[in-house]
Amino acid sequence: MSDSLYAQLVGLSGGVLLLSAVLIVWRRSISAEVRLLAVQGGALAGLVTVLGVNEGSTELLVVAGLVLTLKVVVLPGLLSRAVARHGASLHEETPLINTTTSLIALSLLTMLAFLVSRPLLVLGDDPAIAAVPIGIALVLYGFLVLATRRHAFSQLIGFLVLDNGIGTVAFLTAGGIPLVVELGASLDLLLVVLILQVLTARIRSEFGDADLDDLTELRD
Amino acid sequence: MGLFAVLPIAFCLMLAVATSAPPLGGLRRYAGVVASAVILVSGLALVVAVLDGQTPTAVGGQLRVDALSAFMLTVVGSVGLTATWGGLQPRTGPDATASYQALVALFLGAMSLAVLADNIGVLWVAIEATTIATAFLVGYHRSRRSLEAAWKYVVLASVGVAIALLGIVLLYAATRSAGSPTLSWSQLDADRPPLDPSLVRVAAALAILGFATKAGLAPMHSWLPDAHSQAPAPVSGLMSGVLLSVAFYAILRVQAIAGPVIGPALMRGMLVTAGLLSLAVAAALTIRQRDLKRMLAYSSIEHMGLLALAAAAGGVLALSAALLHVLGHGLAKSSTFVVSGRILATEGTTSTTQIRGLLTRRPGVAAPFLVGMVALLGLPPFSLFFSEVAIVIAGVERGLTWVMAVAVVLMLVIFAGLARHTFAVMFGQRTAPGRGEAAEPADRRAHGPWIPLAVALGVTALIGFAAGPFSTILTDAAAVLGANQ
Repeated sequence: MSDSLYAQLVGLSGGVLLLSAVLIVWRRSISAEVRLLAVQGGALAGLVTVLGVNEGSTELLVVAGLVLTLKVVVLPGLLSRAVARHGASLHEETPLINTTTSLIALSLLTMLAFLVSRPLLVLGDDPAIAAVPIGIALVLYGFLVLATRRHAFSQLIGFLVLDNGIGTVAFLTAGGIPLVVELGASLDLLLVVLILQVLTARIRSEFGDADLDDLTELRD
Repeated sequence: MGLFAVLPIAFCLMLAVATSAPPLGGLRRYAGVVASAVILVSGLALVVAVLDGQTPTAVGGQLRVDALSAFMLTVVGSVGLTATWGGLQPRTGPDATASYQALVALFLGAMSLAVLADNIGVLWVAIEATTIATAFLVGYHRSRRSLEAAWKYVVLASVGVAIALLGIVLLYAATRSAGSPTLSWSQLDADRPPLDPSLVRVAAALAILGFATKAGLAPMHSWLPDAHSQAPAPVSGLMSGVLLSVAFYAILRVQAIAGPVIGPALMRGMLVTAGLLSLAVAAALTIRQRDLKRMLAYSSIEHMGLLALAAAAGGVLALSAALLHVLGHGLAKSSTFVVSGRILATEGTTSTTQIRGLLTRRPGVAAPFLVGMVALLGLPPFSLFFSEVAIVIAGVERGLTWVMAVAVVLMLVIFAGLARHTFAVMFGQRTAPGRGEAAEPADRRAHGPWIPLAVALGVTALIGFAAGPFSTILTDAAAVLGANQ
């Protein structure tokens, strides 16, 4: 792969990652957010493929397949099934900040991401390293969603955006982590999502929909 | 000796599968006890091997047992035995389901893997696996509150350890750019690759922040009182007594890896902040706590804060005192949580405002609780007294005088809060005994096995005086971490 093509492809997948995250913050409809999450997973898998082809590493290509299966097929599939069970028009009704404010927060977080990524630029002047701030930005966006949305599903989506961000940083800086850790981390992620889904189902079946929006029984 | 490193993990996995087999029937309830016993025996065997100068490895070096790992495995086993054996339901009560036992076995296995792995990535996977294993255990009662606690716990703990993963990824990137990609601490310690300090600084800060969430250190502690108070009593005992310490162990490993590269200043600052904040949170919230289990949970935040201060001080004295504290706190805390389950079963509540005069009415339940609380309050002869004094002295010696002064004041406030509630529950007068209740004879039954509690509290009382091999393993374990601080 030529250098300029490589740089363009890394830039393209990074751009899709960032754009899909911005759209997730913008949208309120949870089923739309789940579709965007699948797009984001696809961009991450594409990024891993590009890196794998560039380094000629079969291990990375295997990992790309794993990422594709998990983040494009399995997790969005699980989520959309759960959302469908709640009815098609599931919305985040009461976020703590409105859409305009959250988009302004996004731009500030993006700047912050570039600022905090500066120590990472010592790793070289590869296009992949230059794209690291995107991963950090995704982590911060994930935090924003987790902190400002109250519906259980929105929080789950925030967690997955955060995890995609960590994955992006991992692949860009280190060409991924050792395969055994990668497998363990993917399995853990899958199980966490399954557990959270079962918990939401239990909360809903025993106490009704409203409770997913209002987890405030326990406090001091 | 490598066998003893594989045994606890493999056995717990097998047991988790086997509990689902129907023919086991009545034996199923002993799964957690057997798993803990195997872990404890392996831990003791490994301690002996380590004292003998060996460093057992297994699975091609993926598991490696140094003094610290052997000690931590022993703690997992002994606290696990106290919680699971002490938590056995009386035969008349409803039997715990197969999935409950399978999850407890998985939980114990994951903690064993966490302390035995020679790879910070595998350590991370194991700690995340403990979250997965305990999620349904916290929500086991399926009440509104326990499901909410489980939800908060899974979200916050997963996000926390995800941050730790980001730190680990950056550490791996640093080793990769230094020419030897590895996450094994024995290899990092042996090769000392020239890691980039600015990168390692970010990595260490993120990893400590992440694991501190799981260790229940303030300001990332908000899940802890909910999860620990809503889980069934033996699970609370395991989570409070040993899971927090396993997460703290991860912080110690990160510190030992990053320390030689970036110096102690950054991590010391973080740990002092987290430690003092945890003590402050515990002080503010124990005073007006109305629930015994939540009170115990805040006491755990206090003790984790103290451990963070010990790690901030560093050096052999502070670290070996911290490890002694881990053991003493684990045994006392798991005993008190187990007894709080019995109090709930007999009194029907764990509210500190409703239970009065427990020691005269139900001495069989109240006495072990009282002894456990005296241990947790840090009174002699219990080992927590000695470890707390040693941590404060070590902190002063290493230039943390003001920090330790503030810590001691906060600990006195917590002492007053815990003592007040315990005193009221144990000796307080019941208002309006009327309606024939006063004639009730004292209930001397223990309402569960008393041997594990007696042994655990006895060990806590005596171990502070134990010299010889025990102090050697503590100082050896501290030397694993403190060699370069």
